[in-house]
Amino acid sequence: MANPKYEFIQGNLACAKGAAYAGCKFFGGYPITPSTEIAEFMSEYLPQHGGKFIQMEDEIASIGSIIGASLTGAKAMTATSGPGFSLMQELLGYACIAEVPIVVVDVMRGGPSTGLPTSPAQSDILQAKWGTHGDHPSITIVPNSVEEMFTETVRAFNLAEFFRTPVIILGDEIIGHMREKIRIPEPGELEVINRSLPNNDGVCKTPYASDLNKPVCLPNFGKSRIHVTGLNHDDTGFPTMDPKIVARENERISMKIYHQRNLIDKFEALHCDDAKVLFLAIGSAARAAEEVVNVLRERGVKAGLFRPITLWPFPKDEFAKYAANADYIVVPEMNLGQLKTVAERFTKRTKIIPINLVNGEPLGPDTIISAVNHLNI
Amino acid sequence: MFDYSQYLRNEKLPHIWCPGCGHGIVLKSLIRAVAKAGWNKDEIVLVSGIGCASRLPGYVDFNTLHTAHGRALAFATGIKLAKPEMHVIVVSGDGDSLAIGGNHFIHACRRNIDITLICFNNGIYGMTGGQYSPTTASGDKTATSPFGNVEPHFNVAELAKGAGATFVARGTSYGVPQLDNYIYQGLMHKGFSVIEAAEACFTTHGRKNRKKYGPSNLDMLKWQRDHAVSVEKAAGMSEEELQDKIITGVLHNVEKPEFTEQYQKLIDSFGGGAK
Ligand SMILES: Cc1ncc(C[n+]2csc(CCOP(=O)(O)OP(=O)(O)O)c2C)c(N)n1
Ligand code: SF4
Ligand SMILES: [Mg+2]
Repeated sequence: MANPKYEFIQGNLACAKGAAYAGCKFFGGYPITPSTEIAEFMSEYLPQHGGKFIQMEDEIASIGSIIGASLTGAKAMTATSGPGFSLMQELLGYACIAEVPIVVVDVMRGGPSTGLPTSPAQSDILQAKWGTHGDHPSITIVPNSVEEMFTETVRAFNLAEFFRTPVIILGDEIIGHMREKIRIPEPGELEVINRSLPNNDGVCKTPYASDLNKPVCLPNFGKSRIHVTGLNHDDTGFPTMDPKIVARENERISMKIYHQRNLIDKFEALHCDDAKVLFLAIGSAARAAEEVVNVLRERGVKAGLFRPITLWPFPKDEFAKYAANADYIVVPEMNLGQLKTVAERFTKRTKIIPINLVNGEPLGPDTIISAVNHLNI
Repeated sequence: MFDYSQYLRNEKLPHIWCPGCGHGIVLKSLIRAVAKAGWNKDEIVLVSGIGCASRLPGYVDFNTLHTAHGRALAFATGIKLAKPEMHVIVVSGDGDSLAIGGNHFIHACRRNIDITLICFNNGIYGMTGGQYSPTTASGDKTATSPFGNVEPHFNVAELAKGAGATFVARGTSYGVPQLDNYIYQGLMHKGFSVIEAAEACFTTHGRKNRKKYGPSNLDMLKWQRDHAVSVEKAAGMSEEELQDKIITGVLHNVEKPEFTEQYQKLIDSFGGGAK
């Protein structure tokens, strides 16, 4: 590479730059710590590059505006934190059922309610999966470094556009605000997926005709004069209460994710093959866990880290495989056991050692070490 | 005879509305206004929220978007800003646009974004069975004000004007030729325009207030006729005389910078923006 470009930037900025790299042309948002830097960058970047930024009146309006923009063909994004993410839940479901690609960044902070606005937490793990009502798909990505805030944001747009569904990025206050040196990828270096549109001059009267191998091909607003609704609908996009079609479509919007999960799955398995002490961690907690794994390995303990980068859908088979061999599954997280409830579904409960921190402080290696020192290892 | 069929998704009819509901009357008014404007159907996006009125987009052969309760203007704002060459029209009930969507309403007015909002004001939550809305008259009996509504109500036009809308008009589902004209002017207006269509829902509202509005849906329409007062005539009437009147006409019409044009100027100041 000619002149590799390095930048020493914070995670939130890397996320915004990743969005720009992916071709994001519309940002609608409402300020909230610790995510605001993403909006601030986009407000400066977008008008200079033919895109649009708008500060909406609240988070409900923010996600509404990006769904509207996306329906015109623009790659669109919003960013928020816990309280705002809660407000976005209804329209997150709208984007799921209407199959509108959007990217929603939630830089997690302490809660519930206003909680600890400037402190880290991993409080929205389950909200990202189950926050909106009804059965629905969730693709949720959890970066754990500034570099991943960039590259995983690009991937989030790719998955949103390909699968026609909202994709959630869960950052946390630590990953969002810490600074690291990253190399900015050259144009063309990372894959950028653009929305597929109907052939035939873009006109399509059955926008939701789809099977599990072929995501819907919704045309942009224009010649097709389509109808988009949050009601259950048939292939044409118009409401239906036909039980057969409703069941088929409700299942399809979830199954389309699981059916091609090979395109979505992503995890890091560090020393997992022979691990007897298996850590399951995401985001900033995974960084601390990684350090602990290295310390334990030096002590001769067979420790490993399983880190879902795509958290939802959860990489259950791979996790279960490593978990089966381990004596202990240690789950450090900055909440009261959200990831633990996931681990419990795929391994023996009795093996699980939860480490939970909800005091607003970062979950560091020391806390983890002193917890595992009690174990018989 | 005007040919509605070229604007309708005829196969989606009959519509869900009750006999005597004002929503169908305003739908036809909207179609005539769009025809007069001569707009290409491909370039129109019609957006709604949730409610009886908000079912309207399903019947019309434009690009149509049926959103969530109260959120039509939020989606519409994204559409218009992302693609300003589209004509964006929002249809929304009084509950949809002024209760749950009230925040979006005032901010769309403030931005003066080039969208036309038609507020289907039947003074009731029709779809959920007739609970009182922010525009239900004080004293009216509804499903959730069985002893008479103790709350005061919004004056939609004054609210719009105060929040910054640059075109505000009020018509009724009785005074159809006037309503056509107001909607047409709203479509033509550059900026945020609010057309309040005063309507009636006999099914859930009139039925419980027969003494006031009369025994049938037709009487409720006639009540509108008898209580509508032009803005010119209203100027010479006392506050007391205007108490239960519907003041109709173009109530506000000014020119102010339009939001998406201002944003485009910003983009142009950077040379149009490298794509
Ligand atoms: C978030 C949410 N809250 C409540 C409802 C239930 N709901 C559906 S329509 C409606 C009121 C509609 O009234 P209005 O907007 O005046 O329209 P109308 O039916 O009178 O035309 C309500 C409360 C809903 N769909 N979504
Ligand atoms: S319930 Fe009222 S608002 Fe709804 S369709 Fe019937 S008359 Fe119209
Ligand atoms: Mg109503």
